[in-house]
Formats: sequence, structure tokens, C-alpha cells
Amino acid sequence: MSSKQFEDGITAGRLDAKALDANFSDLHPAYDAHEALVAADRCYFCHDAPCQVACPTSIDIPLFIRQIATGTAESAARTILEDNILGGMCARVCPTETLCEEVCVRETAEGKPVEIGRLQRFATDTLMASGTHPFSRAASTGKKVAVVGAGPAGLACAHRLAMHGHDAVIFEARAKGGGLNEFGIAAYKSTNDFAQAEVDWLLKIGGIEIRYSSGLGDGISLDSLQADFDAVFLGMGLGGVNALRLDGEDKDGVMPATSFIEELRQATDLTGMSIGRRVVVVGGGMTAIDAGAQAKLLGAQDVTIVYRRGQEAMAASEFEQDLAAQKGVRIIHNATPIGIEGNGSLTGVRFAYTETQNGKLVTLEDGFTLPADQLFTAIGQSLTGAPDALDTAGGKITVGDTGQTSVAGVWAGGDCASGGDDLTVTAVAEGRDAAMNIHATLMGEA
Amino acid sequence: MADLTTDFLGIKSPNPFWLASAPPTDKEYNVRRAFEAGWGGVVWKTLGSEGPPVVNVNGPRYGAIHGADRRLLGLNNIELITDRSLETNLEEMTRVKKDYPDHALIASIMVPCEEAAWKAILPRVMETGCDGIELNFGCPHGMAERGMGSAVGQVPEYIQMVTEWCKKYYDKPVIVKLTPNITDVRFPARAAKAGGADAVSLINTINSITSVNLDAMSPEPMIDGKGTHGGYCGPAVKPIAMNMVAEIARDAETRGLPISGIGGITTWRDAAEFMVLGAGNVQVCTAAMTYGFKIVQEMISGMSQWMDEQGYTSTSDFIGKAVPNVTDWQYLNLNHITKARIDQDACIKCGRCYAACEDTSHQAISMTEDRVFDVKDDECVACNLCVNVCPVENCITMEVLQPGAMDERTGKVVEADYANWTTHPNNPSSTAAE
Repeated sequence: MSSKQFEDGITAGRLDAKALDANFSDLHPAYDAHEALVAADRCYFCHDAPCQVACPTSIDIPLFIRQIATGTAESAARTILEDNILGGMCARVCPTETLCEEVCVRETAEGKPVEIGRLQRFATDTLMASGTHPFSRAASTGKKVAVVGAGPAGLACAHRLAMHGHDAVIFEARAKGGGLNEFGIAAYKSTNDFAQAEVDWLLKIGGIEIRYSSGLGDGISLDSLQADFDAVFLGMGLGGVNALRLDGEDKDGVMPATSFIEELRQATDLTGMSIGRRVVVVGGGMTAIDAGAQAKLLGAQDVTIVYRRGQEAMAASEFEQDLAAQKGVRIIHNATPIGIEGNGSLTGVRFAYTETQNGKLVTLEDGFTLPADQLFTAIGQSLTGAPDALDTAGGKITVGDTGQTSVAGVWAGGDCASGGDDLTVTAVAEGRDAAMNIHATLMGEA
Repeated sequence: MADLTTDFLGIKSPNPFWLASAPPTDKEYNVRRAFEAGWGGVVWKTLGSEGPPVVNVNGPRYGAIHGADRRLLGLNNIELITDRSLETNLEEMTRVKKDYPDHALIASIMVPCEEAAWKAILPRVMETGCDGIELNFGCPHGMAERGMGSAVGQVPEYIQMVTEWCKKYYDKPVIVKLTPNITDVRFPARAAKAGGADAVSLINTINSITSVNLDAMSPEPMIDGKGTHGGYCGPAVKPIAMNMVAEIARDAETRGLPISGIGGITTWRDAAEFMVLGAGNVQVCTAAMTYGFKIVQEMISGMSQWMDEQGYTSTSDFIGKAVPNVTDWQYLNLNHITKARIDQDACIKCGRCYAACEDTSHQAISMTEDRVFDVKDDECVACNLCVNVCPVENCITMEVLQPGAMDERTGKVVEADYANWTTHPNNPSSTAAE
């Protein structure tokens, strides 16, 4: 163990390269062919299967598992990708424990579901390794659709549009595609630059152009898009982060958890990635878990996630909470930050205990201080830069069932739009369904 | 612990579990290991006539059918009888029998269908001190083309003739091993009995192609691009074998003829099932080839425990006990009416019963939006398919309607009396008294 382990402040190289490699290896390693067969054999091929109902993209899970079991993983992949073109990433990052696997009848029977996520990965990895793309474009319709954001919603929308013969141009604010798949997920959930590989593979269908570093506002407006294209789909996600609104939030060592996660994901050499000796994360969702667990894996000595409500209210799944705990992260419930300490640099965070009284969260007198040289805030993201013309509600663009906004010819989906959980799989479903509605509208079938 | 000592044709063995004549019993080394592992008896790999031994293929000999997790369900083989010299085998048998006097040792024999051939080999076998012989009239591949094995077993007259020769030249028990590659196993069994056989053993392997290589377009196992039919065995053949054993056990002409049961026996329970259907002992091969000789320990402990639980003190207490309950379809009680019942607490809501019944049977299971499955008594014919496809044991069971109850499907009251097809009004040849 490196002596840097006990060095105060924020520094790189707390662990050596070997330890970091091990810490950031695949969370759920890929099945080999035999393991996949064994796992597939456990599926009962349920009638009107609960897993399929639970999947936001309605993947025909019993069918694809049977296809794996009979030695045709490529057909299985096609079954998956027909409903979810980002089935490869979803296999890695879906909280399956609260979706398909939660309702698996094997979970009911034995407390051990069929490992649907890993089977899905086996199928999609097999297909992608072959370098082929299973879909082809319909004859060109001559229609052009602008898609804002190359995240899961935008990519799913563009791909489905391309399948139907439309041309899609994706306007992406960053220099890389993938959205949160690329920038917002714990590194151990998507190794080997999978997000980029998936984007490249998805684009093989043709008819999709991505213009990088050109988001809304970069000389591009909703008006200009509407003028130049037959339809517009907005899938730019949530660009802002919620602040703690405490004095001292600008101190060195205080940053949004999303920035940390992004920096880590983009790092080519983790030995150069700095982390505090004592890290505090404020929040109760997946972002808090991803930040806390990865801080620990980078070599932070003490990592504490503090959430203002009880354990049952945490947005992160129990599996995710256990994962963080297993890495050595402490989770404190029912406490809220009330002060940031330090002279220039952060030295600690003051908390007050909370209690729910008559359904309202109340801050109590008692509290505690956690010494900290790094504080990650993970109390939610917010919509930024949404065109004024669009109706919004609760910080999201208001959309109908198939993604139509309040403005004709403009659709939205993914985290920036109302309805559904903020999950990759939900964004894919929304992007796909909006594309189907755009297609119907453009072809006069809606 | 129950006493498993078994007396079969006067041949005593410490338990009823014998190894069948097959690859596991081809050599002294294997047979000694088998006895040390606990097997009660061994039927030595089939001996041929003196002279140059047969040759086997030098490519793969076995093909397989797998279930979940590559569990071996069925095996086929194209191996022939022993390919070692008669002399070597006889010497080894002599040594083994001397060292294991309390274990059963049987010589399996297959020589040409000529009296001289049998007359020549039988005294040689006698000299080994083995406890009896088994006539291999079953091997379906390789030897049949040379007029031996199943080529004999498929002609009852030949069975009788050869059995008579053996009884003439050999004093100890003669067991005739039957092939299942026939239409009615009772005929060869009757012929064996007519020839003076002390017992029959069955089944030998079934003609089969286990799989086809779709790249090479050839059956497996594939030898230089070609395959041939082989003998099928293992758990998959057990139901076929048990029916044949029961047919012989209950046939008026062969009833009481001792039977050595063979065919897919893998556990103590399989063995018990064969024995209650009339087998005086059992022979095992594929299970040993799959898992090794150690499985006999489970067979011994399992059968002992079951016997203790049932109060059986000897295997003879239960041998043949189920035979009186094997009957013909026409004698089944048509007034016995059952309905499927789903235990809602045990149900895991997979819906397979619904799919099976709705798509392929009688539309007798209902499904609610929140996945509650129930039986519609007015449609249920009690076919048992839902019971069989349900992944949870005992979740779906059959409830017997008591006399006086209403069968909602037919609208008729259940009658207490036994009534079968022979007396049913719909039967044109009904024998009911007017």
C-alpha cells in the first residue's frame, strides 16, 4: 500500500496502477459461452413474461434467452436491438434489480433471478464483436430531422429515424457522443471505451450525421432548426447541477459529483486522477453512489455518503447501496449539510440531523461535522437552455405519450423531458417512440 | 440400514446393483475398481470366439444428447464387443472371481449362430468360475451385420435355439439379453423362456442417431465424414425400458421369469422403479460412464433409506410389487374424475400452465391481469399437462372428485362404481350386460 494513502488533501496516485486496474475492472464480467448456456437454461420462457413488461423498452426477454440457449446469440441480439438499439449499454448499466430481474419468476421462486442483464450483454457483445450491424435503411424519404444531443435518447431516435429512411443530423454540445453513457456512468460499469464503440457501431446504419461541439446556443436555436429541418427532437439531457446553496460552496475541493464522474471516465491514466483522503458525498441517487464508490476505489481513505432522508427513500437501488458499502463507503441517512468549513480549501462539512414530521422534512438542532478535503454534491441535475417557446413543468420539457412538445414539429425525450425515470433504458424507449411518431407525422400517417 | 443382499437365480450379490456388460467392464482393472467402489455384480464386456479379436473404430465412438448445464441425458455408442483376446479376458475373469467370491460375475457372450461355436466357448467360460452367462442378443451395430447380436435377438426362433445350446453345454444360470429393436418384446422373451433361459435382461441399446453435424452433414459420432447408427442408452431410454420390463413381467406366458432390468438407471429411485416393475436386480452402465463408479454409494444408501422408511427388510419384499397395477388402457376406471388445482401460494406466476392449456389443450386455465391463474372446472379434462409443465413441484396437483360430486365439465354426478371402456355404451364391442 502506498504511503500516499494517508496524505491529507487532494492528490493523485494514492493507489498503484495495478490496484487501480483491479478496482476499475468490469463490475459484471462477461459470460463465457458455457456460462451463458447455463444461465439461459434457467429461464422458464414465461407466458406474457413479467420481465418483458417491466422493461421500459419491452425487450422480448424470453425469446432472446431461448435464442441464446439454442446457440444463436446473434439472433438473440437482433431481438434485443429491435426494441433497444443501446441494448449493449443497457445490459451494463440498467438497474436490472429494480426492473426485469426484480419481477423474474425465478426471483419469486428462489430469490435468484435469471441474470437477464448479463445474458443480454452476452448476446449484444457477440453480435457487436462480429462487426456487423443487423439493420438496414428503408428507401430514402427525403425528410431531414434535427436531433439535439447524442445521448441515449438522441441516438435511439436518430437510429430509428434512419431505419425508416429519414436523414438525421445530431447536434451534440460536447466533442464526443454517448451522453451520460460516455460521461455519467461509473467507470467499472462500462469498461474498454464501450460507449464510444457502441456509438460507432450504431452509426453503421448510415443516414446519421453527428455535428460535435454544436449544442443549442452554439449558433443554433430551435427556430433555426425548425427552419432547416422537417422535424426536431430534443434530447439534450439535464445540463445543470443543483447547488447546496451554502456559503463556501466555491471552496477548493467542492465540486459536483457529475464533474468528478466525468473527469474519471475521460481519464486515460487513473494514476493521474486526484482524490481526497477524506471524501464526503451529499445525495442519495445513483450519482452519489457512483461518486462515492469510485472515490473509494481511487484510494480515498474515508468516504461517506450523506443523504437527507431515510434509507428507504434513496433513489439508488439496494444493490447499488450494497455495492458502495461493499467497497467500504459509509452511508449516513437523515442528515443534511448546513455548513462548509475551511480556510480557502475545504476541511470539513457540517451536518444537522433531519426527521420527517407530518410528511415534512425538518432539520434538527443536533448534528455533526465530517472532516473532509473533498466534497461531491449529487443532489440532482437541472434542465438548462431549454428553448423558451416550450412548455415546461417541474424542471422538464412537457411531452405527450410519444414525445410531442407543446410546439408542433418538436419532440423531446430522455432526461430533459417529462415522464419516466432518468435511466438510459427509459431514454432509449422515449427516443425510439418519438422517432416512430415523427415518422408517422412526416409520412402523413399520424 | 436395510439389507440389500440380493439373490438372483441363486447368484448372491451384496446389493442388486450390477454393472452391465459394456465399456466399464472390459478389463480386470475396471472391474476390480467397480467392486471396490461397492458394485454388487459385474457382467463382463461381451466375449467373442477365439481367434483374432474384433477391431473398433479409431475415431469417436460415442454421441450424446445433453439437457440443461450439459447434463448427459442420452448416450449412443458404436463400440463393438471386447477387442481384447478371449484368453486375456478369461484369465482376468478367473483372477477377479477368485478375489471377489461374494460378488456376482457374469460372462457376456456373443459368438456366431452355430452350435459348434457355443459348444467351444462355454467350457472355457465355465473354467473361470464365473456365476453365469448372459447371451448378448442385443447389440444393434457392427456385430448384427455379421449375423450376431440383435440379428439373433430379432428372430425368436434363433433365440430359443441358441438358448437351448447354452443350457445343453453350460450348467450355471443363462440370462438372455434382449434387444428393444423389435415391435413386441414379449415374443423374444417367450422364446428365451421356451429355450430354457433362467432369466432375461433388458434392454440393450436402441438404434439411434443422436445428432447430426450440420456443417459436415454427417451423423455424430463422425468418422472421417461419415457416421452410423449406434446404440442409445442413458436416462432418455428409461421409460422405454421400463415398459418392456413390465410387459414381460405381466405377460401370462413369461410371468415369473426372472428379469435383470437395464436402461438409463442413474439413481436408487430408478433402480427401485425397475424392481417394483418386476426386475430382480438392475444393471447400470451410462450413469457410471458419466459420473464414475462412486454413484453406487448413493444407490446403496438411497435404496436402504427408502426400504427402512417403507419397512422392507429385503429386496424381495418389493420386487414386482407394482406389476399388478400395470394394466391395459381399456381397464382404467372411467369413473375416476380429477381436476387440476393450483396452489396460489406456491405459484410463481410464470404462466406456463396457461400457455400450455390455452394454446395446446382445453382452454381450462384462466389468467387475470395481475397474473392469477386458476382452473376452469367446466373445461378441465384433467389431462395433467399443466402439472407436467409447471416448474414448481406440487404447485399444481390433481384433486379427485368424490362420488356424489358434480363434474362441471360433463354436468354429471361422479359415480362410485368402477366402470371401464369394455362396458362403456360408446364402445361398439361393449360387453355390458343389457
